[in-house]
Amino acid sequence: MNLFVDALAWLTDPANWTGAGSIPQRIIEHLWISAVVLVIAAAIALPLGGVIGHTGRGREPAVMVSGGLRALPTLGVLTLFALWLGIGLQAPVIALVILAIPPLLAGAYAGFESVDRRTVDAARAVGMREVQIVGKVELPLSLPIVVGGIRSATLQIIATATLAAYVSDFGLGRFIFAGLKTRDYGEMLGGSLLVIILALVVDGGFALTQRLAVPAGVRAARTAENTELRSGPTRPRAVVGRPIIEGNQE
Amino acid sequence: MIEFRGVTKQFPDGTVAVRDVDIVIPPHKTTVFVGSSGSGKTTLLRMINRMVDPSGGQVLIDGTDVATVDPVRLRRGIGYVMQNSGLLPHRKVIDNVATVPMLRGTKKREAHAHALELLDTVGLDRSLADRYPSQLSGGQQQRVGVARGLAVDPNILLMDEPFGAVDPIVRAELQQELLRLQGELGKTVVFVTHDIDEAFLLGDQVVIMQQGGKISQAASPAEILAHPADAFVADFVGADRGKRALHLTEVDGRSIVVDADGRPAGVLTS
Amino acid sequence: MNWLWSNLDLVGELIIVHLALSVPAIILSFVVSVPIGWLAHRYRWSRGVLLSLCALLYAIPSLALFIALPAFTGLSLRSPVNLVIALTLYGIAVIVRTAADAFDAVERDVLQSATAVGYSATGRFWGVELPLAGPVLLSGLRVVIVSTVSLATVGAVIGVQSLGSLFTDGFQRGIQVEIVTGIVATIALALLLDWLAVLAGRVLMPWTRAGATRGRASRASGSPARLAAQGEGS
Repeated sequence: MNLFVDALAWLTDPANWTGAGSIPQRIIEHLWISAVVLVIAAAIALPLGGVIGHTGRGREPAVMVSGGLRALPTLGVLTLFALWLGIGLQAPVIALVILAIPPLLAGAYAGFESVDRRTVDAARAVGMREVQIVGKVELPLSLPIVVGGIRSATLQIIATATLAAYVSDFGLGRFIFAGLKTRDYGEMLGGSLLVIILALVVDGGFALTQRLAVPAGVRAARTAENTELRSGPTRPRAVVGRPIIEGNQE
Repeated sequence: MIEFRGVTKQFPDGTVAVRDVDIVIPPHKTTVFVGSSGSGKTTLLRMINRMVDPSGGQVLIDGTDVATVDPVRLRRGIGYVMQNSGLLPHRKVIDNVATVPMLRGTKKREAHAHALELLDTVGLDRSLADRYPSQLSGGQQQRVGVARGLAVDPNILLMDEPFGAVDPIVRAELQQELLRLQGELGKTVVFVTHDIDEAFLLGDQVVIMQQGGKISQAASPAEILAHPADAFVADFVGADRGKRALHLTEVDGRSIVVDADGRPAGVLTS
Repeated sequence: MNWLWSNLDLVGELIIVHLALSVPAIILSFVVSVPIGWLAHRYRWSRGVLLSLCALLYAIPSLALFIALPAFTGLSLRSPVNLVIALTLYGIAVIVRTAADAFDAVERDVLQSATAVGYSATGRFWGVELPLAGPVLLSGLRVVIVSTVSLATVGAVIGVQSLGSLFTDGFQRGIQVEIVTGIVATIALALLLDWLAVLAGRVLMPWTRAGATRGRASRASGSPARLAAQGEGS
């Protein structure tokens, strides 16, 4: 447990909280880069995913690209771009954007695809324009899944940004690599704990957002469905009268 | 013989599916439970193989209370056919039919040979044996379901709305097939349906259930039509109206049976 | 390219090391996740807790986990076992939800009918429930295969050898070919293992090839899309 004592000592050392390379500065750097990367990646991936999901065209290549990119080792991409572009911020930013696109793209098209085609058909039948269908029907209904994509992309960006400190001088990852170099496990672990807390806080924020993103009508239906599930089988026609209670089956 | 003695089923949430039912199901005959949703007919059926245990009363098979029999052993000795066939989608037709014998320890080769014979029995081509259920039509799946139900040569065959999900033409075919089979095999068949025509067609004894799990009348189809026990039964079987109020009319020298709306129902042959 | 020709032995060796890290992690996470997923499916009260734990685990950045884990296990930071444990934890975080979905997707009618013809509780699980959950379980396994093989490279920065060593070494010595070789080899390895999993699925689940299955199968096939949406931590 004294490893944690070391980490705590490092975390509470006032010297680490002021000046260049201090904890607050690194946190802000980390969040700032993550936000910039997320905005750029989202600006590329979300509209693309929406178009794919809405039209159903280009789905196969999108699945292949987002699946294929997932196999891409992040460290390899980071180091390769760093060799090409030098040790500035460009390399990690570009690498991070590329790596953030698959989950965003997948979330967007999966979200749009998840919308019941009959609902879209009905919207068209009552006279909505395509733009209105996207804005008033597909987008609200797909929002939970799209936000889910943004959530996992953000987590990935935060994680990869930590790793990016290997090739560039920014973010909380610096503490980890500095600690590795000087064999200071307290600093390494302290930096890791900061990263973990940051990721969990951001993830918690998204969990909340995702819950709020569910349209009220859908939420109501879902609750009803859950209650029904809890009370037994959902297929009433198979069971006449009362649902069969689990305990009786064995 | 299957006997229900004062059987009640109340679920933990308080709803009563079956209330104080006494009925005797005679051997080697077909007994049909008929009623609308919520009449407890399926619950009664499921009590026979202990898929549901009664909260009061007893179910006896040949004098033995089923509550004293291990449910798994009990089920392996009773044929069961359900709506949508209930076939295992990951096993071939032949394996589905041979499932229960193999659960009981019959050698695979023997079970398969017997399963092929059963396919003949239910009127399926043996070439279907190596298909998966999803590759069959609804009617064929139902036939496989019946073959599986017969696989251990059970005395009792439970059929839970087995023809409920197939189209009317296939349904009529399957009904005739069941009549033929029953003529040959003479099983104790317990059949559940919400279709009164199906009940009258198949049943030696028809049990009419009403809401809340009570028996309104249990008798032969003719008896029920002749003497409906109460207004509910009369209404349910349509004895006093529509197509069961038949009369004769002459067309070109032949006697045509016509229902109350004037629709022809059949020809009178002496 | 000269680098590649004179270092083929090294690459081959690292591929073996990489397999030795990722394959145990993949298998372990699958074996552990299936029962957890079944619990989450079977007992509603446990579902929220188990799935939330997995989501939390999944949210932890890999590098931070690699470094924090020895503080709990007492293992050396450079120990391959440390890395295998961390990779297994990530794998579990990904598959448990899929496993719960997989069991949810098994048709109740089929289970009822299996009970009705006389399957015992355990017989029903091994003979009916597990095989029918198989296709969705496989889709979860495939996601884990790809992410684990990729994630294992990160260990290189803390000194655990793998194909990722080609990245750190190539970066420090400025050899682009070395890094590209590492990327290609990692992807190839992931695809190879994925292909093996698909092959195993075909052999073990022949019925999935027999045309479209009906009913809830459509729901089950929706899962890979959602999995894709989950993306991958790094």
